[in-house]
Amino acid sequence: MEEDKKDKFLAPENEIRQVTAPDGSIIEVNPLEDYFSQDRPKPYKVRKGPVEDFLNWARAESLWVLGFGTGCGSIEIPPLVTPRFDMYRFGIQMRATPRQSNVFVISGYLSVKTLKRAIRAYEQMPSPKYVVGLGSCTINGGMYYDSYNTINRLDHYLPVDAYIAGCMPRPEALLAGFEGLKKLIKAGKGHKANEYVENLDWYKANQKKIIKDWNMPDYNW
Amino acid sequence: MDYSIEKFLWAFLGLFIILNWGMLMSALMRRIGAKLAGRIGVPLYQPWVDLLKLMSLKTWLSHGVMYYIGPVFRLVGGVGMFLFMPVIFGIEIWSNYSFSGDLILLLYFQSFGMLGMAMGASESGSPHAAIGISRGLSQFAAVEVPMTLAVIAIAIQHQTFSFSEIMAAQQGGIMNWTLFTNPLASIAGMLAMLGAMSHSPFNLVKAPNEIPIGPPTEYHSSFLSVLRTNSAILHVVEAALFMNLFFGGADSWYMYIIKTFFVYFISVFVGMVFPRFKIEDSIRWFLKWPTAIGIIAVIVAAYW
Repeated sequence: MEEDKKDKFLAPENEIRQVTAPDGSIIEVNPLEDYFSQDRPKPYKVRKGPVEDFLNWARAESLWVLGFGTGCGSIEIPPLVTPRFDMYRFGIQMRATPRQSNVFVISGYLSVKTLKRAIRAYEQMPSPKYVVGLGSCTINGGMYYDSYNTINRLDHYLPVDAYIAGCMPRPEALLAGFEGLKKLIKAGKGHKANEYVENLDWYKANQKKIIKDWNMPDYNW
Repeated sequence: MDYSIEKFLWAFLGLFIILNWGMLMSALMRRIGAKLAGRIGVPLYQPWVDLLKLMSLKTWLSHGVMYYIGPVFRLVGGVGMFLFMPVIFGIEIWSNYSFSGDLILLLYFQSFGMLGMAMGASESGSPHAAIGISRGLSQFAAVEVPMTLAVIAIAIQHQTFSFSEIMAAQQGGIMNWTLFTNPLASIAGMLAMLGAMSHSPFNLVKAPNEIPIGPPTEYHSSFLSVLRTNSAILHVVEAALFMNLFFGGADSWYMYIIKTFFVYFISVFVGMVFPRFKIEDSIRWFLKWPTAIGIIAVIVAAYW
Protein backbone atom coordinates (compact mmCIF):
# COMPACT_ATOMS: atom_id res chain seq x y z
CA MET A 1 0.00 0.00 0.00
CA GLU A 2 2.77 2.39 0.98
CA GLU A 3 4.64 1.56 -2.21
CA ASP A 4 1.61 2.35 -4.40
CA LYS A 5 1.20 5.77 -2.82
CA LYS A 6 4.82 6.67 -3.38
CA ASP A 7 4.72 5.72 -7.05
CA LYS A 8 1.56 7.72 -7.65
CA PHE A 9 3.14 10.99 -6.57
CA LEU A 10 6.69 10.48 -7.74
CA ALA A 11 7.66 12.93 -10.47
CA PRO A 12 8.55 11.12 -13.73
CA GLU A 13 12.15 12.42 -13.67
CA ASN A 14 12.63 10.95 -10.17
CA GLU A 15 11.53 7.43 -11.05
CA ILE A 16 13.97 4.53 -10.86
CA ARG A 17 15.09 3.78 -14.41
CA GLN A 18 17.69 1.84 -16.36
CA VAL A 19 20.30 3.70 -18.34
CA THR A 20 22.75 2.36 -20.91
CA ALA A 21 26.27 3.51 -20.12
CA PRO A 22 28.73 4.50 -22.91
CA ASP A 23 30.46 1.10 -22.61
CA GLY A 24 27.19 -0.77 -23.21
CA SER A 25 26.51 -1.90 -19.64
CA ILE A 26 23.12 -1.22 -18.13
CA ILE A 27 22.99 0.75 -14.86
CA GLU A 28 20.03 1.30 -12.60
CA VAL A 29 19.56 4.96 -11.65
CA ASN A 30 17.53 6.00 -8.61
CA PRO A 31 17.47 9.81 -8.87
CA LEU A 32 16.31 10.39 -5.29
CA GLU A 33 19.32 8.50 -3.97
CA ASP A 34 21.91 9.19 -6.66
CA TYR A 35 21.29 12.86 -7.44
CA PHE A 36 20.47 14.15 -3.96
CA SER A 37 22.56 14.02 -0.82
CA GLN A 38 21.16 11.62 1.75
CA ASP A 39 23.35 12.94 4.55
CA ARG A 40 21.78 14.02 7.80
CA PRO A 41 22.56 17.57 8.91
CA LYS A 42 24.83 18.14 11.90
CA PRO A 43 24.27 20.78 14.58
CA TYR A 44 26.84 23.57 14.49
CA LYS A 45 28.91 24.46 17.48
CA VAL A 46 27.53 27.40 19.46
CA ARG A 47 30.45 29.43 20.71
CA LYS A 48 30.58 31.90 23.59
CA GLY A 49 32.60 35.02 24.21
CA PRO A 50 33.01 38.59 23.01
CA VAL A 51 33.71 37.62 19.38
CA GLU A 52 30.50 35.62 19.20
CA ASP A 53 28.61 38.49 20.86
CA PHE A 54 29.91 40.81 18.17
CA LEU A 55 28.91 38.36 15.42
CA ASN A 56 25.48 37.99 17.02
CA TRP A 57 25.12 41.76 16.87
CA ALA A 58 26.02 41.64 13.17
CA ARG A 59 23.52 38.82 12.57
CA ALA A 60 20.81 40.79 14.35
CA GLU A 61 21.51 44.04 12.50
CA SER A 62 21.46 42.37 9.11
CA LEU A 63 18.29 40.29 8.79
CA TRP A 64 17.75 39.07 5.26
CA VAL A 65 14.17 37.94 4.85
CA LEU A 66 13.24 35.30 2.30
CA GLY A 67 10.75 36.81 -0.14
CA PHE A 68 8.29 33.92 0.09
CA GLY A 69 4.76 34.81 1.09
CA THR A 70 3.07 31.66 2.33
CA GLY A 71 -0.38 32.91 3.25
CA CYS A 72 -2.63 35.96 3.29
CA GLY A 73 -0.32 37.64 5.83
CA SER A 74 2.26 38.22 3.14
CA ILE A 75 0.22 41.26 2.11
CA GLU A 76 1.61 42.94 5.24
CA ILE A 77 5.21 42.59 4.06
CA PRO A 78 5.22 44.88 0.96
CA PRO A 79 4.28 47.98 3.03
CA LEU A 80 7.51 47.45 4.97
CA VAL A 81 9.61 48.55 2.00
CA THR A 82 7.51 51.68 1.42
CA PRO A 83 8.32 55.13 2.88
CA ARG A 84 5.79 54.78 5.66
CA PHE A 85 7.45 51.84 7.42
CA ASP A 86 10.86 51.51 5.69
CA MET A 87 12.42 48.39 7.19
CA TYR A 88 15.80 49.08 5.53
CA ARG A 89 16.68 51.53 8.29
CA PHE A 90 16.57 48.60 10.75
CA GLY A 91 18.90 46.51 8.62
CA ILE A 92 16.12 44.27 7.30
CA GLN A 93 16.12 43.43 3.60
CA MET A 94 14.30 41.06 1.30
CA ARG A 95 16.27 38.41 -0.56
CA ALA A 96 14.99 36.41 -3.48
CA THR A 97 16.76 33.13 -2.76
CA PRO A 98 16.76 30.92 0.36
CA ARG A 99 20.54 30.49 0.12
CA GLN A 100 21.10 34.16 0.87
CA SER A 101 18.42 34.75 3.47
CA ASN A 102 18.41 33.87 7.13
CA VAL A 103 14.92 34.88 8.26
CA PHE A 104 11.85 33.01 7.08
CA VAL A 105 8.55 34.76 7.71
CA ILE A 106 5.70 32.25 7.66
CA SER A 107 3.00 34.77 6.88
CA GLY A 108 -0.28 33.31 8.01
CA TYR A 109 -1.82 29.91 7.35
CA LEU A 110 0.27 27.17 5.78
CA SER A 111 -1.62 24.91 3.43
CA VAL A 112 -0.36 21.35 3.08
CA LYS A 113 0.97 22.11 -0.36
CA THR A 114 2.85 25.21 0.82
CA LEU A 115 4.21 23.43 3.91
CA LYS A 116 6.26 21.19 1.64
CA ARG A 117 7.77 24.19 -0.15
CA ALA A 118 8.32 25.98 3.15
CA ILE A 119 10.26 22.99 4.50
CA ARG A 120 12.37 22.81 1.34
CA ALA A 121 13.12 26.54 1.48
CA TYR A 122 13.87 26.45 5.21
CA GLU A 123 16.31 23.57 4.93
CA GLN A 124 18.21 25.31 2.13
CA MET A 125 18.91 28.39 4.22
CA PRO A 126 22.35 28.63 5.82
CA SER A 127 22.46 28.45 9.64
CA PRO A 128 21.95 30.29 11.95
CA LYS A 129 18.46 30.82 10.54
CA TYR A 130 15.31 32.15 12.13
CA VAL A 131 11.61 31.55 11.60
CA VAL A 132 9.02 34.20 12.39
CA GLY A 133 5.40 33.09 12.62
CA LEU A 134 3.14 35.92 11.47
CA GLY A 135 -0.50 35.87 12.49
CA SER A 136 -2.66 33.68 14.71
CA CYS A 137 -2.82 30.92 12.11
CA THR A 138 0.77 29.95 12.85
CA ILE A 139 0.06 29.68 16.58
CA ASN A 140 -3.15 27.67 16.77
CA GLY A 141 -4.65 27.66 13.29
CA GLY A 142 -6.54 30.91 13.74
CA MET A 143 -9.75 31.10 11.74
CA TYR A 144 -8.63 28.05 9.78
CA TYR A 145 -8.39 25.87 12.91
CA ASP A 146 -10.75 23.21 11.49
CA SER A 147 -9.67 23.40 7.87
CA TYR A 148 -8.91 20.13 6.13
CA ASN A 149 -6.04 21.70 4.21
CA THR A 150 -3.99 23.83 6.62
CA ILE A 151 -1.76 23.01 9.56
CA ASN A 152 -2.63 24.37 12.98
CA ARG A 153 0.61 24.59 14.95
CA LEU A 154 3.62 25.74 12.99
CA ASP A 155 6.14 24.74 15.67
CA HIS A 156 5.31 21.08 15.10
CA TYR A 157 6.86 21.35 11.65
CA LEU A 158 9.46 24.12 11.81
CA PRO A 159 11.26 25.61 14.84
CA VAL A 160 9.79 29.08 15.42
CA ASP A 161 11.86 31.84 17.02
CA ALA A 162 9.22 34.54 17.29
CA TYR A 163 5.47 34.77 16.91
CA ILE A 164 3.56 37.89 15.95
CA ALA A 165 -0.04 37.42 17.02
CA GLY A 166 -3.02 39.00 15.34
CA CYS A 167 -5.29 38.53 12.37
CA MET A 168 -3.75 40.27 10.55
CA PRO A 169 -0.99 41.99 12.53
CA ARG A 170 -0.23 45.39 11.06
CA PRO A 171 3.19 46.24 9.58
CA GLU A 172 4.12 48.03 12.83
CA ALA A 173 3.56 44.75 14.67
CA LEU A 174 5.79 43.03 12.16
CA LEU A 175 8.54 45.59 12.78
CA ALA A 176 8.09 45.12 16.54
CA GLY A 177 8.38 41.36 16.00
CA PHE A 178 11.64 41.83 14.10
CA GLU A 179 12.92 43.99 16.97
CA GLY A 180 12.05 41.17 19.36
CA LEU A 181 13.89 38.71 17.15
CA LYS A 182 16.91 41.02 17.17
CA LYS A 183 16.90 41.03 20.97
CA LEU A 184 16.78 37.22 21.00
CA ILE A 185 19.70 36.98 18.58
CA LYS A 186 21.78 39.54 20.47
CA ALA A 187 21.18 37.57 23.67
CA GLY A 188 22.59 34.49 21.94
CA LYS A 189 19.26 32.65 21.89
CA GLY A 190 18.84 32.49 18.13
CA HIS A 191 19.93 28.90 17.63
CA LYS A 192 16.65 27.17 16.87
CA ALA A 193 18.22 25.78 13.72
CA ASN A 194 20.24 23.49 15.98
CA GLU A 195 17.07 22.42 17.76
CA TYR A 196 15.58 21.45 14.40
CA VAL A 197 18.61 19.35 13.54
CA GLU A 198 18.78 17.67 16.95
CA ASN A 199 15.08 16.76 16.88
CA LEU A 200 15.04 16.03 13.16
CA ASP A 201 13.27 12.68 13.55
CA TRP A 202 10.37 14.22 15.49
CA TYR A 203 9.98 17.07 13.00
CA LYS A 204 10.21 14.72 10.02
CA ALA A 205 7.60 12.36 11.52
CA ASN A 206 5.23 15.32 11.98
CA GLN A 207 5.89 16.62 8.50
CA LYS A 208 5.39 13.22 6.88
CA LYS A 209 2.11 12.79 8.73
CA ILE A 210 0.79 15.85 6.87
CA ILE A 211 2.57 15.63 3.54
CA LYS A 212 1.34 12.53 1.77
CA ASP A 213 3.28 13.00 -1.47
CA TRP A 214 6.74 13.06 0.04
CA ASN A 215 8.78 12.78 -3.15
CA MET A 216 11.92 14.55 -2.00
CA PRO A 217 14.98 13.58 0.03
CA ASP A 218 14.62 13.58 3.82
CA TYR A 219 16.70 16.72 4.17
CA ASN A 220 16.87 19.20 1.30
CA TRP A 221 20.46 20.36 1.29
CA MET B 1 58.44 47.36 -12.93
CA ASP B 2 59.20 47.55 -9.25
CA TYR B 3 58.39 44.31 -7.39
CA SER B 4 59.65 45.25 -3.92
CA ILE B 5 57.79 44.48 -0.70
CA GLU B 6 57.34 48.19 -0.11
CA LYS B 7 55.52 48.60 -3.42
CA PHE B 8 53.29 45.65 -2.56
CA LEU B 9 52.40 47.14 0.82
CA TRP B 10 51.46 50.48 -0.76
CA ALA B 11 49.30 48.68 -3.31
CA PHE B 12 47.68 46.70 -0.48
CA LEU B 13 46.98 49.88 1.46
CA GLY B 14 45.40 51.36 -1.65
CA LEU B 15 43.23 48.27 -2.03
CA PHE B 16 42.11 48.56 1.59
CA ILE B 17 41.15 52.22 1.12
CA ILE B 18 39.32 51.41 -2.11
CA LEU B 19 37.42 48.53 -0.51
CA ASN B 20 36.16 50.71 2.33
CA TRP B 21 35.36 53.62 0.03
CA GLY B 22 33.43 51.23 -2.23
CA MET B 23 31.35 49.97 0.70
CA LEU B 24 30.67 53.48 1.96
CA MET B 25 29.79 54.56 -1.57
CA SER B 26 27.29 51.72 -2.01
CA ALA B 27 25.62 52.69 1.28
CA LEU B 28 25.56 56.35 0.20
CA MET B 29 23.97 55.48 -3.13
CA ARG B 30 21.36 53.33 -1.43
CA ARG B 31 20.58 56.21 0.92
CA ILE B 32 20.28 58.62 -2.00
CA GLY B 33 17.94 56.18 -3.73
CA ALA B 34 15.91 55.87 -0.52
CA LYS B 35 15.64 59.66 -0.18
CA LEU B 36 14.35 59.79 -3.74
CA ALA B 37 11.61 57.33 -2.74
CA GLY B 38 10.86 59.28 0.45
CA ARG B 39 12.45 56.71 2.75
CA ILE B 40 15.30 57.06 5.23
CA GLY B 41 17.36 54.18 3.89
CA VAL B 42 20.03 51.88 5.26
CA PRO B 43 22.47 53.01 7.96
CA LEU B 44 25.88 53.97 6.54
CA TYR B 45 27.54 50.99 8.24
CA GLN B 46 25.13 48.46 6.71
CA PRO B 47 27.54 47.04 4.05
CA TRP B 48 30.14 46.18 6.72
CA VAL B 49 27.50 44.54 8.94
CA ASP B 50 26.20 42.54 5.98
CA LEU B 51 29.72 41.40 5.19
CA LEU B 52 30.35 40.36 8.82
CA LYS B 53 27.08 38.49 8.99
CA LEU B 54 27.73 36.65 5.75
CA MET B 55 31.12 35.56 7.02
CA SER B 56 29.57 34.28 10.24
CA LEU B 57 27.06 32.01 8.47
CA LYS B 58 27.73 28.29 8.31
CA THR B 59 27.97 26.26 5.15
CA TRP B 60 28.19 22.54 4.45
CA LEU B 61 27.48 22.72 0.77
CA SER B 62 29.66 21.71 -2.10
CA HIS B 63 28.91 21.90 -5.80
CA GLY B 64 32.42 21.01 -6.94
CA VAL B 65 35.77 22.74 -7.30
CA MET B 66 34.71 25.43 -9.79
CA TYR B 67 31.96 26.49 -7.38
CA TYR B 68 34.63 27.47 -4.86
CA ILE B 69 36.95 29.05 -7.42
CA GLY B 70 34.23 31.16 -9.11
CA PRO B 71 34.10 33.94 -6.47
CA VAL B 72 37.91 33.91 -6.26
CA PHE B 73 38.12 34.50 -10.03
CA ARG B 74 35.63 37.33 -9.67
CA LEU B 75 37.70 38.88 -6.89
CA VAL B 76 40.86 38.50 -8.97
CA GLY B 77 39.09 40.39 -11.77
CA GLY B 78 38.38 43.35 -9.48
CA VAL B 79 41.73 43.33 -7.68
CA GLY B 80 43.60 42.89 -10.98
CA MET B 81 41.85 45.92 -12.42
CA PHE B 82 42.93 47.88 -9.38
CA LEU B 83 46.53 46.67 -9.36
CA PHE B 84 47.33 47.47 -13.00
CA MET B 85 45.84 50.96 -13.07
CA PRO B 86 47.58 54.01 -11.59
CA VAL B 87 45.48 55.26 -8.67
CA ILE B 88 46.78 58.81 -8.21
CA PHE B 89 48.42 60.58 -11.13
CA GLY B 90 51.99 61.74 -10.66
CA ILE B 91 52.70 60.03 -7.31
CA GLU B 92 55.07 57.10 -7.63
CA ILE B 93 53.83 55.11 -4.60
CA TRP B 94 50.21 55.21 -5.85
CA SER B 95 51.05 54.21 -9.42
CA ASN B 96 50.58 50.52 -8.50
CA TYR B 97 51.84 48.09 -11.16
CA SER B 98 50.88 50.18 -14.18
CA PHE B 99 53.04 49.81 -17.28
CA SER B 100 52.99 50.96 -20.88
CA GLY B 101 50.24 48.61 -22.10
CA ASP B 102 48.03 48.58 -19.01
CA LEU B 103 44.91 49.76 -20.86
CA ILE B 104 44.73 46.54 -22.91
CA LEU B 105 45.30 44.39 -19.83
CA LEU B 106 42.52 46.24 -18.04
CA LEU B 107 40.01 45.55 -20.81
CA TYR B 108 40.93 41.90 -20.44
CA PHE B 109 40.56 41.95 -16.67
CA GLN B 110 37.06 43.36 -17.05
CA SER B 111 35.88 40.14 -18.68
CA PHE B 112 38.12 37.84 -16.63
CA GLY B 113 36.06 37.98 -13.45
CA MET B 114 32.84 37.61 -15.35
CA LEU B 115 34.03 34.45 -17.14
CA GLY B 116 35.29 32.91 -13.88
CA MET B 117 31.99 33.68 -12.20
CA ALA B 118 30.11 32.18 -15.16
CA MET B 119 32.00 28.91 -14.76
CA GLY B 120 31.53 28.85 -10.98
CA ALA B 121 27.86 29.73 -11.09
CA SER B 122 27.03 27.21 -13.81
CA GLU B 123 28.60 24.50 -11.65
CA SER B 124 25.99 25.29 -8.97
CA GLY B 125 23.38 23.82 -11.34
CA SER B 126 20.68 26.41 -10.68
CA PRO B 127 18.61 27.27 -13.76
CA HIS B 128 18.43 30.90 -12.63
CA ALA B 129 22.23 31.01 -12.67
CA ALA B 130 22.24 29.70 -16.23
CA ILE B 131 19.77 32.38 -17.35
CA GLY B 132 21.77 35.07 -15.55
CA ILE B 133 25.02 33.91 -17.13
CA SER B 134 23.65 33.84 -20.65
CA ARG B 135 22.20 37.31 -20.15
CA GLY B 136 25.37 38.65 -18.55
CA LEU B 137 27.77 37.35 -21.17
CA SER B 138 25.63 38.44 -24.11
CA GLN B 139 25.13 41.91 -22.65
CA PHE B 140 28.82 42.17 -21.85
CA ALA B 141 29.70 41.27 -25.45
CA ALA B 142 27.45 44.13 -26.60
CA VAL B 143 28.90 46.56 -24.02
CA GLU B 144 32.45 45.74 -25.05
CA VAL B 145 31.89 47.02 -28.60
CA PRO B 146 31.33 50.74 -27.84
CA MET B 147 33.78 50.57 -24.94
CA THR B 148 36.58 49.18 -27.10
CA LEU B 149 35.78 51.66 -29.88
CA ALA B 150 36.05 54.52 -27.38
CA VAL B 151 39.36 53.17 -26.05
CA ILE B 152 40.71 52.79 -29.62
CA ALA B 153 39.68 56.37 -30.42
CA ILE B 154 41.50 57.64 -27.33
CA ALA B 155 44.52 55.49 -28.09
CA ILE B 156 44.70 56.96 -31.61
CA GLN B 157 44.22 60.47 -30.25
CA HIS B 158 47.06 60.16 -27.73
CA GLN B 159 49.10 57.55 -29.65
CA THR B 160 49.46 55.37 -26.54
CA PHE B 161 47.98 52.42 -24.61
CA SER B 162 49.35 53.65 -21.28
CA PHE B 163 47.10 55.09 -18.59
CA SER B 164 49.85 57.34 -17.23
CA GLU B 165 50.37 58.99 -20.63
CA ILE B 166 46.63 59.37 -21.27
CA MET B 167 46.26 60.96 -17.82
CA ALA B 168 49.33 63.14 -18.40
CA ALA B 169 47.84 64.44 -21.66
CA GLN B 170 44.71 65.57 -19.79
CA GLN B 171 46.45 67.62 -17.09
CA GLY B 172 46.35 71.39 -16.90
CA GLY B 173 42.70 72.32 -16.72
CA ILE B 174 39.26 71.00 -17.43
CA MET B 175 39.44 71.84 -21.14
CA ASN B 176 42.24 69.29 -21.56
CA TRP B 177 40.04 66.41 -20.43
CA THR B 178 39.18 63.81 -23.06
CA LEU B 179 35.55 64.77 -22.39
CA PHE B 180 36.24 68.03 -24.26
CA THR B 181 39.14 67.07 -26.55
CA ASN B 182 37.35 63.96 -27.81
CA PRO B 183 33.63 64.26 -26.97
CA LEU B 184 32.46 61.51 -29.33
CA ALA B 185 34.68 58.87 -27.72
CA SER B 186 33.59 60.12 -24.30
CA ILE B 187 29.91 59.77 -25.13
CA ALA B 188 30.41 56.23 -26.48
CA GLY B 189 32.53 55.31 -23.45
CA MET B 190 30.12 56.76 -20.90
CA LEU B 191 27.16 55.01 -22.51
CA ALA B 192 29.14 51.77 -22.35
CA MET B 193 29.85 52.54 -18.69
CA LEU B 194 26.14 52.34 -17.93
CA GLY B 195 26.25 48.74 -19.09
CA ALA B 196 29.54 47.95 -17.37
CA MET B 197 28.21 49.20 -14.02
CA SER B 198 25.04 47.10 -14.52
CA HIS B 199 22.69 49.54 -12.88
CA SER B 200 19.01 49.74 -13.52
CA PRO B 201 18.36 49.87 -17.24
CA PHE B 202 21.01 47.17 -17.66
CA ASN B 203 20.76 45.19 -14.41
CA LEU B 204 19.55 42.12 -16.24
CA VAL B 205 22.11 39.80 -14.72
CA LYS B 206 21.01 40.13 -11.11
CA ALA B 207 17.37 40.95 -11.79
CA PRO B 208 16.08 40.00 -8.33
CA ASN B 209 12.40 39.92 -9.16
CA GLU B 210 12.53 37.81 -12.31
CA ILE B 211 15.54 35.51 -11.92
CA PRO B 212 16.33 35.40 -8.18
CA ILE B 213 19.72 37.20 -8.02
CA GLY B 214 20.94 35.43 -11.20
CA PRO B 215 24.39 33.79 -11.19
CA PRO B 216 24.99 34.05 -7.40
CA THR B 217 21.66 32.32 -6.64
CA GLU B 218 23.42 29.41 -4.93
CA TYR B 219 26.21 31.48 -3.38
CA HIS B 220 25.82 32.13 0.32
CA SER B 221 27.84 32.84 3.49
CA SER B 222 31.57 33.36 2.81
CA PHE B 223 31.21 32.87 -0.95
CA LEU B 224 28.74 35.73 -1.09
CA SER B 225 30.93 37.87 1.16
CA VAL B 226 33.79 37.43 -1.35
CA LEU B 227 31.43 38.47 -4.15
CA ARG B 228 30.27 41.53 -2.22
CA THR B 229 33.84 42.49 -1.39
CA ASN B 230 34.58 42.30 -5.08
CA SER B 231 31.57 44.36 -6.07
CA ALA B 232 32.64 47.11 -3.64
CA ILE B 233 36.13 47.15 -5.19
CA LEU B 234 34.86 46.80 -8.74
CA HIS B 235 32.45 49.74 -8.54
CA VAL B 236 35.22 52.11 -7.48
CA VAL B 237 37.73 50.69 -9.94
CA GLU B 238 35.31 50.82 -12.87
CA ALA B 239 34.49 54.43 -11.97
CA ALA B 240 38.24 55.11 -11.74
CA LEU B 241 38.78 53.56 -15.17
CA PHE B 242 36.35 55.98 -16.79
CA MET B 243 37.64 58.83 -14.63
CA ASN B 244 41.17 58.19 -15.92
CA LEU B 245 40.03 57.93 -19.52
CA PHE B 246 37.60 60.85 -19.76
CA PHE B 247 37.79 63.06 -16.67
CA GLY B 248 41.50 63.72 -16.35
CA GLY B 249 42.33 61.20 -13.62
CA ALA B 250 42.98 62.25 -10.02
CA ASP B 251 46.05 63.96 -8.56
CA SER B 252 45.08 63.41 -4.91
CA TRP B 253 42.88 61.09 -2.87
CA TYR B 254 40.31 63.88 -2.42
CA MET B 255 40.00 64.25 -6.18
CA TYR B 256 39.86 60.46 -6.53
CA ILE B 257 37.00 60.10 -4.08
CA ILE B 258 35.02 63.04 -5.48
CA LYS B 259 35.43 62.00 -9.10
CA THR B 260 34.73 58.29 -8.60
CA PHE B 261 31.64 59.25 -6.61
CA PHE B 262 30.26 61.36 -9.42
CA VAL B 263 31.19 58.92 -12.20
CA TYR B 264 29.45 56.14 -10.27
CA PHE B 265 26.57 58.47 -9.51
CA ILE B 266 25.93 58.95 -13.24
CA SER B 267 25.07 55.26 -13.56
CA VAL B 268 22.99 55.26 -10.36
CA PHE B 269 21.16 58.40 -11.50
CA VAL B 270 20.30 56.84 -14.85
CA GLY B 271 19.28 53.70 -13.00
CA MET B 272 16.84 55.60 -10.78
CA VAL B 273 15.19 57.26 -13.75
CA PHE B 274 14.84 54.34 -16.16
CA PRO B 275 13.30 50.92 -15.63
CA ARG B 276 14.95 47.69 -16.67
CA PHE B 277 15.48 46.77 -20.33
CA LYS B 278 14.73 43.35 -21.71
CA ILE B 279 17.89 41.55 -22.77
CA GLU B 280 17.19 41.78 -26.52
CA ASP B 281 16.42 45.51 -26.20
CA SER B 282 19.56 46.06 -24.15
CA ILE B 283 21.82 44.40 -26.72
CA ARG B 284 20.12 46.21 -29.60
CA TRP B 285 20.52 49.53 -27.77
CA PHE B 286 24.25 49.02 -27.22
CA LEU B 287 24.85 47.92 -30.79
CA LYS B 288 22.90 50.90 -32.14
CA TRP B 289 23.69 54.37 -30.74
CA PRO B 290 26.84 53.88 -28.63
CA THR B 291 28.41 51.71 -31.32
CA ALA B 292 27.57 54.20 -34.09
CA ILE B 293 29.03 57.07 -32.05
CA GLY B 294 32.08 54.94 -31.26
CA ILE B 295 32.72 54.17 -34.94
CA ILE B 296 32.43 57.85 -35.83
CA ALA B 297 34.81 58.66 -32.96
CA VAL B 298 37.42 56.23 -34.31
CA ILE B 299 37.08 57.62 -37.86
CA VAL B 300 37.33 61.20 -36.59
CA ALA B 301 40.35 60.36 -34.44
CA ALA B 302 42.09 58.61 -37.33
CA TYR B 303 41.45 61.10 -40.15
CA TRP B 304 41.01 64.50 -38.49
